[in-house]
Amino acid sequence: MASNDGGLSLSQQRQRAAFWFLAPMLAALFFVAAWPLLRTIWFSLTNTLLSDLYGGEFIGFDNYLSIRVLESGRVIYRGTLVDPAWWNAVWNTVRFAVVSVFFETVLGLIVALVLNAEFKGRGLVRAAILIPWAIPTIVSAKMWAWMLNDQFGIINDILLNLGLISQKIAWTASTDTAMYAVLMVDIWKTTPFMALLILAGLQMVPRDIYEAAKLDGINPVKVFFRITLPLIRPALAVAIIFRMLDALRIFDLVYVLTPNSAATKTMSVISRENMIDFDKFAYGAAQSTLLFAIIAVFVSLYIWLGKVDLSGEGQR
Amino acid sequence: MTAQKLLSTIAFYALVVVIFVFSVFPFYYAIVTSFATGTELFKVNYWPKAFSWANYETVLGGRNFVRSVWNSVFIATTTVVFALFLAVTASYALARVRFRGRGLLLMMILAVSMFPQIAVLAGLFELVRFLGIFNTPWAMIMSYVIFTLPFTVWVLTTFMRDLPVEIEEAAIVDGATPWVIITKVFLPLLWPALVTTGLLAFIGAWNEFLFALTFTSSETTRTVPVAIGLLSGASQQEIPWGPIMAASVIVTVPLIILVLIFQRKIVAGLTAGGVKG
Amino acid sequence: MAKIELKNVTKSYGAVQVIKGIDLTIEKGEFMVFVGPSGCGKSTLLRLISGLEEITTGDMLFDGERVNNLIPSKRGIAMVFQSYALYPHMKVYDNMAFGMKLDRTSDAEIRKRVESAAKLLQIDHLLDRLPKQLSGGQRQRVAIGRAIVRDPRVFLFDEPLSNLDAALRVQTRLEIAKLHHSMSNVTMIYVTHDQVEAMTLADRIAVLRDGRLEQAGTPAELYENPNSLFVAGFIGSPKMNFLTGKFAEAEGCTTLGVRSEHIDVVPNGPWSGEVLHVEDLGSDHFLFVEIGSDEPIIVRRPGKADIAVGSRVSIAPRADHLYRFDADGRPVR
Repeated sequence: MASNDGGLSLSQQRQRAAFWFLAPMLAALFFVAAWPLLRTIWFSLTNTLLSDLYGGEFIGFDNYLSIRVLESGRVIYRGTLVDPAWWNAVWNTVRFAVVSVFFETVLGLIVALVLNAEFKGRGLVRAAILIPWAIPTIVSAKMWAWMLNDQFGIINDILLNLGLISQKIAWTASTDTAMYAVLMVDIWKTTPFMALLILAGLQMVPRDIYEAAKLDGINPVKVFFRITLPLIRPALAVAIIFRMLDALRIFDLVYVLTPNSAATKTMSVISRENMIDFDKFAYGAAQSTLLFAIIAVFVSLYIWLGKVDLSGEGQR
Repeated sequence: MTAQKLLSTIAFYALVVVIFVFSVFPFYYAIVTSFATGTELFKVNYWPKAFSWANYETVLGGRNFVRSVWNSVFIATTTVVFALFLAVTASYALARVRFRGRGLLLMMILAVSMFPQIAVLAGLFELVRFLGIFNTPWAMIMSYVIFTLPFTVWVLTTFMRDLPVEIEEAAIVDGATPWVIITKVFLPLLWPALVTTGLLAFIGAWNEFLFALTFTSSETTRTVPVAIGLLSGASQQEIPWGPIMAASVIVTVPLIILVLIFQRKIVAGLTAGGVKG
Repeated sequence: MAKIELKNVTKSYGAVQVIKGIDLTIEKGEFMVFVGPSGCGKSTLLRLISGLEEITTGDMLFDGERVNNLIPSKRGIAMVFQSYALYPHMKVYDNMAFGMKLDRTSDAEIRKRVESAAKLLQIDHLLDRLPKQLSGGQRQRVAIGRAIVRDPRVFLFDEPLSNLDAALRVQTRLEIAKLHHSMSNVTMIYVTHDQVEAMTLADRIAVLRDGRLEQAGTPAELYENPNSLFVAGFIGSPKMNFLTGKFAEAEGCTTLGVRSEHIDVVPNGPWSGEVLHVEDLGSDHFLFVEIGSDEPIIVRRPGKADIAVGSRVSIAPRADHLYRFDADGRPVR
């Protein structure tokens, strides 16, 4: 009788299908992600101008750091790595990321613990905390800009009435407070997201653990630190890194809430400013490449720390 | 003992109230402001005193804002349709077919979703110029693929993985090819997941600012966030707060309604995309 | 309709070999049951026959035709899954018709076949319902119906009764037996871990252990002539009594096996001890007698229990029903 070895086997058929199913997605990602990234890195090694994208010449790492020794023996350092504006942006970004993620985690944890308890109106509160998350960042920036307005803002009004400040503060304009303003808005907007992620982790903790602890008469604070926290730590760690990555690339909030303020300018903002507004296209490309490198380190950390079950073949 | 218990109950509910007010107040205040005009606008009102549609008329009367809303709707919808179309087949392959390098591929997709968008801005700018789509909706649709596609693939893969294996095997025994399995068996089961993922991707595209700001140059091609972000008067003192708040309310209310309707599903989608460790 | 031959079939996942070389022929129209403890490879073997998994080495023939790499739908098989695996979004009718629709069978033919199968299984009044509106037993019938309409050469069952409650299980078992008689030329292969199901349904049983075929034969052969300690212990309920040490030495073997119904209470038997426990099933009863062996000896006696717990009895195995095994678990002839 005829043998059927000629046809495709089931696994071959499925692998072939998988290839054709993945090809369009991979092509799309290559087209919009990989290729532009490579071009950005290339631009960072040239002296390309915004007005003349194809007129750039290869200049090596000069956009990052160039060292020239003058005849007089003076050494001149140039490039992003010796640009105080860049380091200011790095410092702003890191400060913003660390502080905002810290507060979002702590507040998110509190909100999640509250939502994990059973009380009347829980559904209403859970719906309410989704509102800040649903509002577009630009809209939140504008809403808060209005509330933080120096003359007519409600925040100043409240603080004055409470006697916490003696005179109105120009929150977004003053260099002393601009960062606080940005942090305030970001924490308001993102704490719900954090709370929901933590809540999902909390709900995976079996209820009877708490009941057993209650029967043993263990102090609730102790229960939290000894039982709850260790159990949700993996979820928490992943959520923190996830947020950290988001915070490191922040652009829109800063751009709209505190335009042109050196006190809040982040890496993304300064890169775009150089690239598009100041016609230092290649210089901006170098700065965005540096940001990419920093975030790449964090992504590796995420994948390593999160121990994400990538293949789906793990302990399911 | 009971006094202490009462006290802690009061403290708990106080905390609940604080959380609630903290979440809702800014939006509430935006609504209050959007109905205020003239000098009323420059008095701090905790409760709605004036009620005038003037700001809304100003915003909707200006041709460009309505135009921006349509731009945003078109761009976000097209992006989502495109991303879902590519993601459904891709996530089937990633969730259901064993092949070498699958883990690596998923890791790459995850990495792309965490890309700083600024890192591709220069390269995308060149691409947009090269394709001649600068200042058209297609520039945004193309660039939004970079964050909607990895996200939808990742979330749909986790959903797809949870579908029972035996149903797929039954279909294989019935003679279904992978394409038939996706379209006739899995898609009908995945509707809830598709709606959730699509909605989250839609919100992402709707809210995007950096690309939209960089790839548009005229008021008629702006998306909503750019329109609101750049809505301004001649100087700092003349910022039209009333119309800005009205515009904010207009673009936010539909989102909030959608989010509240799909509340549970959205939480499930977010968790699938974020922490599934 | 099909004779299935497995020739030295192996299956490996990476470095792990789960099927370690199996030779087995399943005759046309035979009801073959694969049985064994969990992890023995019985389900994998079924999946290899179905084509859902591919064999690593060896050959598989259907009616003399090599099908090693043939996709499931071309093998002429139908499968009933443990979880029924009905398409949740399709009505019962469409569940049963799905395969034929993909085959481009004409609508009239589809309707004819679905309706006759539904009548056979008494689910013709359920055709417009969704799976979630059915009871467990009804879903099971739909799953069987979906298999029947394919008019297969080989019918595969993967632990189809394990999700049903005890009463329904007995009833469905009976129906599967009836089905086998009404489709007498269709080969059926049935996987279970329950040796009672195996004994009641099978024409022949294949006992698997650790990826190898331990013994294949009719239920009576396996019961009466187990060719290993493992099969002797696996087939039969209650489990065969095993004695070691001095009890076995007396019979010149390492392990001595004797079934509970082959032990009698006698005035002066070779073994004696206290009755630890009595299980009364009405028609017969079991005595658990402690005679100093590794485990209490179970004695099966007809009728109602007439011996009280705590009393001492003397028991004797029937000499012509002793099973002797050597240190490797092989029978001593």
